[in-house]
Amino acid sequence: MSQENRLIQLENITKEFDKLTVLDNINLYIRKNEFLTLLGPSGCGKTTMLRIIGGFEFPTSGRVLFEGKDITEEPPYKRRVNTVFQKYALFPHLNVFDNIAFGLKISKMPKKDIAMRVGKMLELVNLQGYEKRGVDALSGGQQQRVAIARALVNEPDVLLLDEPLGALDLKLRKGMQLELKRMQKALGITFVFVTHDQEEALTMSDTIVVMREGHIRQVGTPKHIYDEPKDAFVANFVGDSNIIRGTMPKDEVVHFCDMDFNCIDEGFDKDEPVDVLIRPEDILIVGTDVAQLKGVVRSVIFRGVHYEMIVDAGNFLWKVHSTVMVPENSSVGLSIIPSNIHVMRVSDDKLAKEGIQ
Amino acid sequence: MTKFLKRSYLVAVLLFLYLPIIVLIVQSFNGGVSRSKWEGFSFRWYRELVQDPTIMKALWITVSIAALAAFFATLLGTLAAIGINAMRKGPQAGMMTVTNIPMTMPDIVTGISLMLLFIFTQVDRGYFTMLLAHITFDTPYVLLSVLPKLKEMSRFTYEAALDLGATPGYALRHVLLPAVRPGIITGALMSFTLSLDDFTVSYFTTSPLVQNLSTLIYSETRKGVKPTMNALSALMFVILLVLLLAINYRSEKAENK
Amino acid sequence: MSNMNMPSWGLWLMALGLGVFVTMLVISVKRHRGVHRSLFAWPYSLWMIIFTVVPLFLIAYYAFTDAQGNFTLNNFYSFWDSNFEMKKQLSDMGFDLAEMGLNERGTVNVDTLIYSLWMAFKCTIICMLLGYPAALFMADRDFKLGSTLVVLFIIPMWMNFLLRTIAWMTLLEDNGIINNLLVSLGLGRVRLMYNSDAVLLGMVYNYLPFMVFPIYNSIDKQPRMYSEAAMDLGANSVRTFTKVTLPLSLPGIVSGITMVFMPSVTTFFIPRVLGGGNTEMFGDLIERTFLTADNWNVGSALALIMMLLMLLSISLLRRVDPKGEGGSLL
Repeated sequence: MSQENRLIQLENITKEFDKLTVLDNINLYIRKNEFLTLLGPSGCGKTTMLRIIGGFEFPTSGRVLFEGKDITEEPPYKRRVNTVFQKYALFPHLNVFDNIAFGLKISKMPKKDIAMRVGKMLELVNLQGYEKRGVDALSGGQQQRVAIARALVNEPDVLLLDEPLGALDLKLRKGMQLELKRMQKALGITFVFVTHDQEEALTMSDTIVVMREGHIRQVGTPKHIYDEPKDAFVANFVGDSNIIRGTMPKDEVVHFCDMDFNCIDEGFDKDEPVDVLIRPEDILIVGTDVAQLKGVVRSVIFRGVHYEMIVDAGNFLWKVHSTVMVPENSSVGLSIIPSNIHVMRVSDDKLAKEGIQ
Repeated sequence: MTKFLKRSYLVAVLLFLYLPIIVLIVQSFNGGVSRSKWEGFSFRWYRELVQDPTIMKALWITVSIAALAAFFATLLGTLAAIGINAMRKGPQAGMMTVTNIPMTMPDIVTGISLMLLFIFTQVDRGYFTMLLAHITFDTPYVLLSVLPKLKEMSRFTYEAALDLGATPGYALRHVLLPAVRPGIITGALMSFTLSLDDFTVSYFTTSPLVQNLSTLIYSETRKGVKPTMNALSALMFVILLVLLLAINYRSEKAENK
Repeated sequence: MSNMNMPSWGLWLMALGLGVFVTMLVISVKRHRGVHRSLFAWPYSLWMIIFTVVPLFLIAYYAFTDAQGNFTLNNFYSFWDSNFEMKKQLSDMGFDLAEMGLNERGTVNVDTLIYSLWMAFKCTIICMLLGYPAALFMADRDFKLGSTLVVLFIIPMWMNFLLRTIAWMTLLEDNGIINNLLVSLGLGRVRLMYNSDAVLLGMVYNYLPFMVFPIYNSIDKQPRMYSEAAMDLGANSVRTFTKVTLPLSLPGIVSGITMVFMPSVTTFFIPRVLGGGNTEMFGDLIERTFLTADNWNVGSALALIMMLLMLLSISLLRRVDPKGEGGSLL
């Protein structure tokens, strides 16, 4: 990766609040025009990281670079970065037009240009004709659009979004996910998006940064994170998963449930303990005669596109997704192809272990 | 029937509250000097009021102190509310405790403690010390009427303004203050009326040479309050009433729009 | 009289306080790397330190020192025995107190305190009995008048409080309006003024609105569905009131009690006008000790004792309404 492509760089960022370490020596770069998502459970430090980029918090130590220039100490109003806040933070005393025009008025743009730019923005977010409305009179989805327009109208280099879809209902949220992605592509602006919703992260992002308790656990493309999670925590947080303790007797063979399975992973020590990840949709239901594991269906739930079954096999409760329904208490066979078995190193810290069922 | 009883009860309580005020207003139109004997309707006391230099001076002191104290208390209290709202839980709780001290302390203790302060620091008591005292007891009321308005606001509103390029000063003037304007107005009005009506604290923090209306009335209690004072307070009462009705009418009109 | 000059340590203490304040300000600026909104609260903090915290310490200082500025507990003995200072002076001069028959304890101060508490208690009870029904009826949805009635309760408070109290004199005095009415009805004159009942009347008159508002607020904000649910579950209107409305208005009652009892104890002026000086209350006693007897040390001790009583009663009331939900006028 060439240095020029790095728009924002966080170098050794540590942030403490009252002796509580919220971010612990974070290093990360954000590329031009990418849609980067900070993903993690609440309290993982993702919002603090966003606020440090926005200039609302200052790191206890470390540097923030913008196009190679140190902006660690710069206040928010000097940064070419705009934010869409949680719950939007629209100005209650201003109407839609004045909310969106706020930044432009500060930069002393001529009135005519302001009207034009705001008009264009309203078009982009599908709110033509709402100029004179008070913001309290808008629905949640509309307020959201105003908040996005208010930030984007200033043509920032980076747009920061702090759980912007959290307050919307499911259907609106799905719609906005697509729209945000469309806007980002159309405008060619870097988006830094904070969420705790893994599905949202997987659909929208170019890059996902998985965080936990002030540390970055893994950085990668959505596909990479999903298919090759680094440890049990990431695997569990991103997508449904079966994680089971096992060992590696040799390369391309993994031992769990008292059986040897073929896999495609190598490079582990002999008999090294490992975490084995198998996604529920990767477990095939087969006849008991050809099965690798035999078990009994404990429960069945209809999920719309598929059935979710819990199968008790080899002293482990497997979560299995299948379009074929097998009734409760019937015997089934399970089979897993080698490329769908993902072997992960056991990470030492207790956090990763908590991910194991 | 029960509705009638409930109404009668409320009317009786209100009558109890208004009785002395009615007496006062009637007295102010009494031609004679007697408190309780009616000697014909007259505007005599209203005429004499304008020519009474003591009362006019006390009126000026009362109103100017109320206005100045309300102004400074509003300034101090509003800024404080914004600051406290931005604080973390711990310091915020500390500030609220300090704010609650003067509000729960009896007036007489506030007055005496301030008197001791002025004597201790050898500041001569008079107009200035009375003003300082009034600002002191007004400010917490402003703070407590602005703070809830700030809490209603998203805590990110101020940051949103900075984010869009506003300097802290600009954000304060164009975002925070307009959003909490109703609270500021309530606080200012409350300060003004509290100051206007204050007796106890003024009594301990001024000298006999600088009297506001309350301390003047107090000093006249023994020899009998002049009927001109009744005329003045009846006048002030009516002015306040008209002001309230006007504000009410305006806000109702604004709501109907 | 007392030490008019500031002791030199006083100056040092002030300089130290200012130093601490400036240091904290600088630390705060540094920590937030520039202007943070919490800095807006600093002028207020400084103001409150100078005009609220320091004066309170001054009261404590005077309460624990004598006229020469030396530490003493005598001011508190003087509260217990109002003759204490006189007796001390006499015995210092070599008189035999027992011989002069002066050994008696002066009970004025303690008696006044007890009397004030008793009056404040009566005033609070009467305000509650009068005010609760008023608040309840005001909040009655059938009237649709609630907010207008609140204004009607506020308006009288705009008339100067001293003049309103004096107006009661006009009503109550021997040849006042009420007595003239009685006479014209053929009934005799009655002595209405210059007794503790008249003072009580004046107090109830002045503090009644402070009982009504918080109770009204606590009843008015109860969702109607609570009482509807109670009735739906078979409670009649009396039981609905005792089991639902009343317990839910408890914070309002507590707040009303605080707002009536506190100022009642320290009432001053009302006893002077309506009680004619026969019924001194603790507020008058403090004022007299400070301004007439010119004894700041004993006066401060009295003020301190009263503040402690206030704090005690507030903390007792807080137990009933721990969250302070009752609110106040605001």
